[in-house]
Amino acid sequence: MSKDQVRGWGFVTPALLWTIAFFIVPFVVMGAMSLASLEGRTLVWDLSLANYAKLLEKKYLWRAILVSLEITLTVTVISVVLAYPLAWIIAFRVSPRWQRLALLLAILPFWTSYVVRSYAWLLVLAREGVVNETLMWIGAIAEPITLANTRFATVTGFVHFFVMLLTLTIYANLIQLSPNYRRAAMDLGANAFQTFRHVILPLTLPGIVTGAFLTFVLCIGDYVTPQILGGNTELTVPQVIMVQLGRRADFPLASALAIVLMSIVALAYLLSARWLRLDRL
Amino acid sequence: MMRFLPWAYLIAAFVFIYLPVGVLVLFSFQEGSLPVPPFNGPSLQWYQTILGDEDLMAALRNSILVAFGSSAVAVALGFLAAYGLARHVLPGSALIRGLLIAPLTVSYLIVGLGLLIVLTRSGFGVSLWTAAIGHVVINLPLAFAIIYASMGAQQQNAERAARDLGASEPKVIVLVTIPMLLPSIAAAFFLSVTLSWDEFIISFLLTRFDVTLPVEIWSLLRSGLSPQLNAIGSFVFLISVAVVLLLELTIFRKGRQ
Repeated sequence: MSKDQVRGWGFVTPALLWTIAFFIVPFVVMGAMSLASLEGRTLVWDLSLANYAKLLEKKYLWRAILVSLEITLTVTVISVVLAYPLAWIIAFRVSPRWQRLALLLAILPFWTSYVVRSYAWLLVLAREGVVNETLMWIGAIAEPITLANTRFATVTGFVHFFVMLLTLTIYANLIQLSPNYRRAAMDLGANAFQTFRHVILPLTLPGIVTGAFLTFVLCIGDYVTPQILGGNTELTVPQVIMVQLGRRADFPLASALAIVLMSIVALAYLLSARWLRLDRL
Repeated sequence: MMRFLPWAYLIAAFVFIYLPVGVLVLFSFQEGSLPVPPFNGPSLQWYQTILGDEDLMAALRNSILVAFGSSAVAVALGFLAAYGLARHVLPGSALIRGLLIAPLTVSYLIVGLGLLIVLTRSGFGVSLWTAAIGHVVINLPLAFAIIYASMGAQQQNAERAARDLGASEPKVIVLVTIPMLLPSIAAAFFLSVTLSWDEFIISFLLTRFDVTLPVEIWSLLRSGLSPQLNAIGSFVFLISVAVVLLLELTIFRKGRQ
């Protein structure tokens, strides 16, 4: 090894050791743990797939996987549909002088703790909250309706967060487009909708997919939002993981669920890899 | 009609984005014990309550300690790794980069769960220190990526010039590299601070008696809606926003010029 290489390793080693000790090793241990099982209160390293079999047998476990997928997909689709026009308006309607400010303001509440943001939505959606009061005031409803502690509340809290994230990734993609594409399409006789459908949309697909992928990953792994805003009738995978850790201290089952969660994310990555531009963020 | 549609949408979007934050902050000034309409106020009584709350103030100190401590370690490790990879030719450098970035692809819950298993199995137990270790794990990839991306040929020429004039490598790093990279180092640091300041699940899993502010808020949540929670939530939000605005106004603005 040359002197240059020895020095180079000297600089890289601390970060590398940290990542290996506190990320890779725990990760491997978690993988091994998912193959162990609990007998009473003692841990048995029996290298079996029993925990994974349980995911298919026990209804509350596979239900959680389905609920997580449903919520995450709903949130991702709604967020893209709401964020695209917002990014579009900021990129093409707001004058360049104010664009930076408009974008900054549009994503400022993104920088809030999940806990604080979910609590704030609980306030807004509460029985005596602002939304119910407003709806009763304008006469749309006579009695307060249940909004908090439902799947609707969970989805609303998530959508709020991810609209901001997606606005950022789609905006970043939109302003890179040369106006010549639009002009060329118009000159060739396309109307506004055709230009959007066949020219702008395909060109902004990387921004959409990158944002949607981040949304998917962050949404499916979040415990706080469904725990604070959701009802008691259904649990997501992160919630079930936390239940295993708390009441039963069933680390093997929690580990297996975590591995499943990661596999779903890996699958989403493979499906979207063609359009992903994570390095451009 | 069509001309106003975009502006109507923009306003509606901003109402949606600021509704929860607005309600949170407004009712932190509520007089009385319920943070819901009608608004009676303004009153600062709930801010007085949180200032006098020992547990909250202890959690605040812990949060500051963890945010600054873990960010400093993350940025130091990230800078050294970025320098090593950008300035020295190492075999398998793509693999090293991939390994350093890897924690970004895993959700915080799983990072926390893995650490929790190792810490409890090895008998180490959890404390404020272990939460800080977890925060370094999640912020190191970001710090490394930001600093690595900003290491260009321009700095390399200046470093070479300094070396030709007889400066040793540590001297070059301290007197040339770090000053030239200061904007991105500061950006990485403050981004880490906000992420650590807001982070909940790792702190929740990896602390026990000494907790951070989001964890303390979490345990207060069990007793339901209260203007006290609004006050402490508004405070947490305003600090995050202040750090982000500071970043935007100083570092990113300069970076674009």
